[in-house]
Amino acid sequence: MLAYIIRRIFQSVLVLLMVGLVAFSMFRFVGDPVDNMLGQERTQADIERLRDQLGLDQPFVVQYWRFLEQAAQGNFGLSYRQGRPVAEILVERLPATLELAFVSGILALVGGISLGIFTAIRRRGLSANVIMTGSLIGVSLPTFLIGILLIYLFAVELGWLPSFGRGEVTRIGSWTTGFLTESGLKSLILPAITLGLYQMTLIMRLVRTEMLEVLRMDYIRFARARGIREKSINFRHALKNTLVPVITITGLQLGSIIAFAIITETVFQWPGVGLLFINAIQFVDIPVMAAYLMMISVMFVGINLIVDMLYFAIDPRLRVDRTAGGH
Amino acid sequence: MKKTTFLAAALLASTSLSASAETLRWARAGDSLTLDPHAQNEGPTHTLAHQVYEPLIIRDMTGAFQAALATDWAPKADDPNVWVFNLRQGVKYHDGADFTAEDVVFSINRAKSDNSDMKELLNSITEVRAVDDHTVEFVTDGPNPILPSNLTNLFMMDKGWAEANDAVTVQDVEGGEKTFATTNANGTGAYKLVSREPDVKTVMTLNEDYWGKDEFPLDVTEIVYTPIQNAATRVAALLSGEVDFIQDVPVQDLGRVDETDGLVVKTAPQNRTIFFGMNQGADDLANDNVDGKNPLADKRVRQAMNMAINRDAIKQVVMRGQSQPAGIIAPPFVNGWTAEMDEVSTDIDAAKALMEEAGYSDGFSIQLDCPNDRYVNDEAICQASVGMLAQIGITVNLDAKPKAQHFPLISGNETDFYMLGWGVPTYDSEYIFNFLVHTRGSDRGSWNSTGFSNAEVDQMIQSLASETDLDKRNATIQSIWDVVQEEQVYIPIHHQVLNWGMTENVGIEVSPEDDPKIKFFELD
Repeated sequence: MLAYIIRRIFQSVLVLLMVGLVAFSMFRFVGDPVDNMLGQERTQADIERLRDQLGLDQPFVVQYWRFLEQAAQGNFGLSYRQGRPVAEILVERLPATLELAFVSGILALVGGISLGIFTAIRRRGLSANVIMTGSLIGVSLPTFLIGILLIYLFAVELGWLPSFGRGEVTRIGSWTTGFLTESGLKSLILPAITLGLYQMTLIMRLVRTEMLEVLRMDYIRFARARGIREKSINFRHALKNTLVPVITITGLQLGSIIAFAIITETVFQWPGVGLLFINAIQFVDIPVMAAYLMMISVMFVGINLIVDMLYFAIDPRLRVDRTAGGH
Repeated sequence: MKKTTFLAAALLASTSLSASAETLRWARAGDSLTLDPHAQNEGPTHTLAHQVYEPLIIRDMTGAFQAALATDWAPKADDPNVWVFNLRQGVKYHDGADFTAEDVVFSINRAKSDNSDMKELLNSITEVRAVDDHTVEFVTDGPNPILPSNLTNLFMMDKGWAEANDAVTVQDVEGGEKTFATTNANGTGAYKLVSREPDVKTVMTLNEDYWGKDEFPLDVTEIVYTPIQNAATRVAALLSGEVDFIQDVPVQDLGRVDETDGLVVKTAPQNRTIFFGMNQGADDLANDNVDGKNPLADKRVRQAMNMAINRDAIKQVVMRGQSQPAGIIAPPFVNGWTAEMDEVSTDIDAAKALMEEAGYSDGFSIQLDCPNDRYVNDEAICQASVGMLAQIGITVNLDAKPKAQHFPLISGNETDFYMLGWGVPTYDSEYIFNFLVHTRGSDRGSWNSTGFSNAEVDQMIQSLASETDLDKRNATIQSIWDVVQEEQVYIPIHHQVLNWGMTENVGIEVSPEDDPKIKFFELD
């Protein structure tokens, strides 16, 4: 077990290093930060001085090595764009993204599961069919369009909800939260729907299919034959057995909700890490881009590592195979 | 249903109430990059700094000089190399410290240091000295008649504050720690910084002890500044009443905003001209289909291209009326601009004839490099131009990229045909010549990627810096423009137009620099 974990951790570190290498080899194609950093009055000498100072004239492998050296000491450098430490900026921005991801994750899960059950049980009903058709919209409309539509409807036409930002936030230590104020909660609604809609329809369709599958099983028929109430069959026997794949998918999707909130954050001017990343790309803010990409890959690698270890714990076959191979 | 209507009405009432208070909620696309007034030479950064800090001289909302921390200024009677500035008395920084000549000396030297982005504007200054507490002398390396126009974005910091907070030097991004001045501000301006979260929100409040209390309206008592990057969201925020004033209204939404009750759009020509540059200096071009020679080196080809561009069509179709067709690369309020030079017309037949005369009756193909996130509808302008140039047989391959990839092509001399926009902060042609016309060298010509090089013109450009006889200087400017226009060094497209959207009760006209100074705003 221990050897397996150590091996997996070793592999994860290797993956991280590779992600970093690929990222650094790409940065040169994003553009040159020097023109953004110097004003329009810069001279050729300024450009060369700054390029030299930032080490931009070095091969990307050298730049990457310097980044790793610094990062190993916990120093991610200063943002070219804001002139503040990258770590400080990320810590400041993360709460916004995590809160948004959390709310839209819950929304997707609760909405997806209940609608999925509903459409499975009433699969011939009119409303179930309407929901199924409607879910196609959630899957096929691009996020920014949904966001703009929601803004237009709820902020401009109805004036109920704010169109941008996080509203008033409360500071608790280094964390800022929008959960404690009215404007903070109101501000969460539209972005959370925009971000969670796709996941919600995904979960809904998954639950529905699984549920239909399970409802055809023999033990459900026997349960019916035994005269158990329909409600009990649906929720106690069928639902439980559909949830395993749903939980797996949800875990994986949570990672992508955090990582790919970029578009939603841009549309709603949501001050999270996604918006930060977009700004970093436009400015060619290499330290921020590097730190963000590393952070996201640590997150993904971490989730996968945990999932792998869970499999190892759950599935005895993995263990048996290893021991057999060892002898 | 009744309940929701009631709720909506209540919400509407509350938004209109807060709009009539004296808070100005202001949004634009980008945020200031840093509070350090010398670290970035960039529009939104200066605009925010103007609320908190002040230079010696400002430009008012029409672009004219107005005394700020200096009350008057003039070259010294017996020495043309010295400018004397008399400083305003009784001015205090927000922390209570007095503003004195020592602060001016400190600020100018700080802005001249290596890591400052403002140093190029000050490179003629060799020494700054305090004569007494309220008089400062600027010594230049020769007579510099336009020195004052280089000082309008040069903010005055308090020496004592900077020393106490370890902010004496401008931040060196690679060097290490952030400096105190990056996230804190102590100016003499009409507004004090209350709080700031970069890219999220900046709050400022009226400085009750401001020296200019009787000079400016100062109707706004609190400023809440929020950058909103996405254009559709920015407009939505104005339409829904969440903000009172926005910059950067996208041209397709102008009508929408203007038609909305209670909102107005105001428009004015911006200090920025959009044009194409052509690599006329190279022997052969990298991205064309003509071997062994450079079609752009032929003046007739450049003139033909200039004639083929239909600026009125670009204005109507691409810009929805929001541009001013240009025949010269200087915006109209710049010294040296004339209406005559700014006139231009499209003539496809004459252009074709010129092409034939130059031996390119079958045309040629060339690559146009264009940014897609820098100027108003930049990529669409390029696309329209592709079609227009095709009419005279030139096949243009358009390569549109983000600005971070486009501008290095210009600074690295790696483009044959490119779009560029240029603003003139000094309001004088010399600025244009220095960067765009002079032969590319270490000091001048850093944005001249055309390969245009004319020793005589270079000589004239250099003479402008120290010519104190204004009539003679203007004559030289005119003769330089004559060459630039005659040689068709650039193909001007148009002067950009600025749009600000606001609620009806905000009384302000658009400034050509796109830098609203809130102290000028009137509210009713």
